[in-house]
Amino acid sequence: MRLTYLLVLLGCLLGTLPLEVVLGVRVYRRWCRLVLTLLPVLVVFAAWDIAAIAAGHWSFDGSQMTGVVLPGELPLEELLFFLVVPTCAILCFEAVRRVRRWPAGDE
Amino acid sequence: MTYTLAAVLGVAGAAALDLAVMRTRLLTRKVFWVAYAIVLLFQLVVNGILTGRDIVRYDPAVIVGLRVVFAPAEDLMFGFAMVLLTLSIWVWLGRKGVQP
Repeated sequence: MRLTYLLVLLGCLLGTLPLEVVLGVRVYRRWCRLVLTLLPVLVVFAAWDIAAIAAGHWSFDGSQMTGVVLPGELPLEELLFFLVVPTCAILCFEAVRRVRRWPAGDE
Repeated sequence: MTYTLAAVLGVAGAAALDLAVMRTRLLTRKVFWVAYAIVLLFQLVVNGILTGRDIVRYDPAVIVGLRVVFAPAEDLMFGFAMVLLTLSIWVWLGRKGVQP
């Protein structure tokens, strides 16, 4: 199914949404800080991905992806992966901090 | 360069940024390791789907060959580097007063 990879990413976003909505970790609400965090991560890991694809380290099954390919042969889903997974990691980090009240160094 | 070497360099680079450059020192904090353990659990599920269903395929020549829930062990290092870099920048920005 062409949407498989995209649906996996959507599942990640939906699964972590209660952390923002119910637990109130205020990650999406701090969108400026979120964007500034995601941009450098996206640049570094998209560059790694593009280099690895060019070097043949890994390849993708086009039948399970939308087929939208960005410059550098980077599939759209990979670009989204580098936005979705870091966002989920921040949500999780803020949730742990909220629940356990452990310091993170930016208090 | 193999994926194995790239993954080791990725982890080393993220650790250097955390400890020496941004000095967020998340590697020394409980909150980071507990959050990472939870992320890792879900990474194994997501990576397991992506690699178990062959959405992503790897050249056997550039990985060690050790696999964890279908995914090459190198993927765990790739993921660790990404999570550490992300959280270091997030905390660094907070420390700088960006939407604390």
